[in-house]
Amino acid sequence: MAHAHAVKRYRGLMDWLTTVDHKKIGILYLIGGGFFFLVGGIEAILIRIQLAKPELSFLPAHTFNELITMHGTTMIFFAAMPLIFAFMNAVVPLQIGARDVAFPFVNALSYWLFLFGGIVLNISWFFSAVPAAGWTGYVPLSGPEYGTFGVNFYVMGLQVAGIGTLIGGINFLVTIINMRAPGMSFMRMPLFSWTAFLTSALILFAFPAITVGLVLLMFDRLFGANFFNIDLGGNVVLWQHLFWIFGHPEVYILILPAFGIISEVISTFSSKRLFGYSSMVFATVLIGFLGFMVWAHHMFTVGMGAVANALFAVATMLIAIPTGIKIFNWIFTMWGGHIRFTTASLFAMGFIPTFVMGGVTGVMLGAAPADYQFHDSYFVVAHFHYVIVGGLVLGLFAGAFYWWPKMFGRILNERMGIWTFVLFFTGFHLTFFIQHILGLQGMPRRVFTYMGGQGWDTSNLVSTIGAILMGLGTILFLVNAIITASKPKNAPADPWDGRTLEWAISSPPPEYNFKQLPLVRGLDALFVEKSEGHKAMTPAEPVGPIHMPSPSLIPIVFSVGLLIASLGFMYANQPFSNEFIASLFKNHVIAIAGLALTFGCMVVRSIKDDHGYHIEVEELEKEGVHQ
Amino acid sequence: MKRWNVAGRMALLIAGIALLLTGCGGALDPEGSVAKDQLKLINLSFFIMLTVMVVVFGLFFYVIIRFRKRKGQTGYPKQIEGSHKLEIIWTAIPFLLIMVIAVTTVMMTFEQDKPADESKAIKVQVIGHQFWWEFYYPDYDIRTAQDLVLPTGSWVNAELTSSDVIHSFWIPQLAGKLDANPGLKRNLAFQTSDQVKVYLGKCAELCGDGHALMDFKTVVKSPEDFNAWVEKMKAPAPESTTAAEIAGQEIFSKTAQCLTCHAVTSDAPGKGPNLAGFASRETVGGFRPNNDEWLAKWIHNPEEVKPGATMPGFDFLTDQETDDLIAYLRTLK
Amino acid sequence: MSDAHVQGNTLPRELEKATLEGRNKILGFWLFLGAETVLFGSLFATFLALRDSVMDGPAESELFKLSMVAVATFILLTSSLTSVMAIQAMHRHNLKSLMQWLIVTVVLGFAFLGLEIYEFKEYVHEGHGFTTSAFSSAFYTLVGFHGAHVVFGVVWISIIIGQLRTRGLNVVTAPKVYVAGLYWHFVDLVWVFIFTVVYLMGKVG
Repeated sequence: MAHAHAVKRYRGLMDWLTTVDHKKIGILYLIGGGFFFLVGGIEAILIRIQLAKPELSFLPAHTFNELITMHGTTMIFFAAMPLIFAFMNAVVPLQIGARDVAFPFVNALSYWLFLFGGIVLNISWFFSAVPAAGWTGYVPLSGPEYGTFGVNFYVMGLQVAGIGTLIGGINFLVTIINMRAPGMSFMRMPLFSWTAFLTSALILFAFPAITVGLVLLMFDRLFGANFFNIDLGGNVVLWQHLFWIFGHPEVYILILPAFGIISEVISTFSSKRLFGYSSMVFATVLIGFLGFMVWAHHMFTVGMGAVANALFAVATMLIAIPTGIKIFNWIFTMWGGHIRFTTASLFAMGFIPTFVMGGVTGVMLGAAPADYQFHDSYFVVAHFHYVIVGGLVLGLFAGAFYWWPKMFGRILNERMGIWTFVLFFTGFHLTFFIQHILGLQGMPRRVFTYMGGQGWDTSNLVSTIGAILMGLGTILFLVNAIITASKPKNAPADPWDGRTLEWAISSPPPEYNFKQLPLVRGLDALFVEKSEGHKAMTPAEPVGPIHMPSPSLIPIVFSVGLLIASLGFMYANQPFSNEFIASLFKNHVIAIAGLALTFGCMVVRSIKDDHGYHIEVEELEKEGVHQ
Repeated sequence: MKRWNVAGRMALLIAGIALLLTGCGGALDPEGSVAKDQLKLINLSFFIMLTVMVVVFGLFFYVIIRFRKRKGQTGYPKQIEGSHKLEIIWTAIPFLLIMVIAVTTVMMTFEQDKPADESKAIKVQVIGHQFWWEFYYPDYDIRTAQDLVLPTGSWVNAELTSSDVIHSFWIPQLAGKLDANPGLKRNLAFQTSDQVKVYLGKCAELCGDGHALMDFKTVVKSPEDFNAWVEKMKAPAPESTTAAEIAGQEIFSKTAQCLTCHAVTSDAPGKGPNLAGFASRETVGGFRPNNDEWLAKWIHNPEEVKPGATMPGFDFLTDQETDDLIAYLRTLK
Repeated sequence: MSDAHVQGNTLPRELEKATLEGRNKILGFWLFLGAETVLFGSLFATFLALRDSVMDGPAESELFKLSMVAVATFILLTSSLTSVMAIQAMHRHNLKSLMQWLIVTVVLGFAFLGLEIYEFKEYVHEGHGFTTSAFSSAFYTLVGFHGAHVVFGVVWISIIIGQLRTRGLNVVTAPKVYVAGLYWHFVDLVWVFIFTVVYLMGKVG
């Protein structure tokens, strides 16, 4: 290889630890998110076992509270979000005809911050100090007086991961704004890239709010601040506002990408363009915008007064309208189409009625006086699992089966896929439908047990059985992934007769994605070419050397620094048997060392310019540049 | 399979479930007027949403069956950009449906936010603790716990607060819940029905290990019985007469030092639940039957009965001592 | 990926926008400032919610040393002006002038920090510590976060001055200067809000 400057190219493990390639980072997110999905899933099964019968003592009360806290926190922050980032990374640059994201280094940094944030949270298990104040961490239960030590892992882990998510959001915003291929106006961009764009905007404005909340809680717990200390003038409701100003947009961050995936999959497997594309875009923008106006519907029972409750109730119900627009447009995309039933399309089709059920219970919850009964009962648990699992997770499975060939060069086994769908879908409805009834019957949430004789026993048992079925479906998916990994890497570039740019290049794509950036001549850029009888995209530039960014170890070192700092701050005032170790922690030596490592990384990154390397034309002319 | 069959059957099933559920307890079996109104709103929103679901499900199942790819089908179907007319229809109709729910919602929100007419309502101050409920009636200067005693057909203004973490006060059959926040006071107005009955109350905000078991009872009595209860609660502490009772009272005040936390007359505060009228209460620890077996278990090891309970255990008491103590507690009618 | 070679004979005026890399960095940084706005907005909201919870500490109207804070404000505003001069010098491709203006900016930044540290020490002495009350915690967190941003800024700009010295002004260093300039303006803008909402409104009570 001829290059202008010496270049480090790594192999094997080092390649993965230092990669700044969005395709590899996508796979890293898939593995990381997938791993935490399993952890969260095990936590869920344990919860359901404890609740299978009244007054079971399978788990003590405190452990149960730890499990529900970790299940929620892990699933939302360390399973769902990373899996979303997995697909955003794997697909968005390809769909918009770019060679990578705007900031490949920052992309890697986002990943390692997520992973280490997840590690900080989950090592709490090994320290026998697990947070138990719910994923919502309400004060004073999470505060210095009533909260256990475990809350510190929650506070630190989420801050670390949150930084990663925030910079990831910035990355995709800049990528989509600045790096679309020639001819790809915004209104010619595939829906999944649109939803990635809007999700990133939500991330940008939502995450700082929870960062502030976590910082305030950290200050109260570790440094004697009084934000939530009512004896010195603090206010416990302040936490709730900060949390939910983040928390509500967060759930739109979770669902918008799923909407994008559904749009792609339904369109492809109906062989029809998306019905009402501009309405779909507009509706998604409206959902994102309204998502910032409704946070206090999580606080209807706090006692904010009728004016606040009424305003938030109406705003909440309004979101149903753009959401409904989307549902109808998906149905009409299929209308008149040639619908193919593959695992991907089954999951997408399963999404539609399921998400509608979740959405309508959302409208019911938005009616504030009704919510006075629903709030903190199993009705809410049913609602949010319907929209997150029945919505997002079904969407993620659809995306997985759809884009697996593009990411790995292999197609997942369809037979196993269909069984995964049947098990998971059936299990899901069994688990959660009945919980609507339980909530209405008066079963509160976050209860480690319940008394018999209230008519709740059978419902809880059914719910547990459903959970086990979901677990089996998930295991089957895992088996499928492992078995597929040993198959030959021979998937075609376009196994599904796709319509968008990612299907115009090989599966998986070469390192540089596009030998020549494509010229986009309309919506569904690839389909436009296919309709005119072309086999490939028209190039928008001549073949030339392609500049690639260099790999770097800094992102992982940066994240390790924050891990060390987190532990350093958490354990600063804790007793140790060893004198020397105690002194290291006591004077914040460890914490400062961790921060110094992180800031050192920033300085090195600023000073050392990355000139990258070039892939020359001779290599491009040869097929199969290493991936 | 005929497509209308599927959609129709689903609709019937769901409507059937809804009807079946009346009589299933909780919010679905309201007896207080506030809970009844709330169920009306739940039903209104549910049936409107059910209609939407029937339409959506109907269309959906029709489409996926009718437009399946047939064997030998080649080429692409007609690519349709969209339909302005349809977009307007499926924006306007949902908007109108939402407005119907919204108007009712706003009206009920303002209605239920108003405190009950103070000249007629019973006033109770509710203080949530980890993991028990304290009730103070300022008009009678009665302090009690775990059983909220009220007369039939009466409005109540419950002023909620907490002494530690956030709790939430919920009597599903009488009204929706309101949070009990430390450092804040908020009013929940609700009305009892004319049924003489005991209702289950629950804590509805995660508050620690004992959250699941932080139940309380709402004991609704006839107005005469309620007044009798007030009189009894204000009466001085009863005399211990039998040997067991006298011995028990010794244990209560001297050996176990229960008076450190528990007052036995309703005019005194305490760190723990006030025990005036304890013998007449529905429960031990808020959720176990008030019989001697459970009372003994509680006294010996509260934490084992209710995880997180802050009351210390007295398992050093002999069986005789325990019996005596219980005999004394049974005098607190 | 990005092309660092400039077409034509004369350098464009705005070197920072001459490459895709540079334009990406500038857009990315504007977005980051959007997030920072929400961050400081949340801190302001917290402060406003808790400003009356003075408890045993001194009241706002007695506590704040307005004259010192006014001097600090003047210094910071001036440093924003000098950073503008720096960018103008950069657009004239005058490396020496650019570096000089940046050095002045950093010096003024340090002066601001010195005054603020002195101010905080006085407050602590007068019974307004971090743990005194909810108000004091909110005050130090809001104003302290801003101060931390100033510290980060002076270190960052100093490192950039060093890079300008060794590598000169080119399409790689120009975006760094520009972005640091944006950051500095933002930090100054936040201070204007702090001065108004915290100090002026606090004094008036």
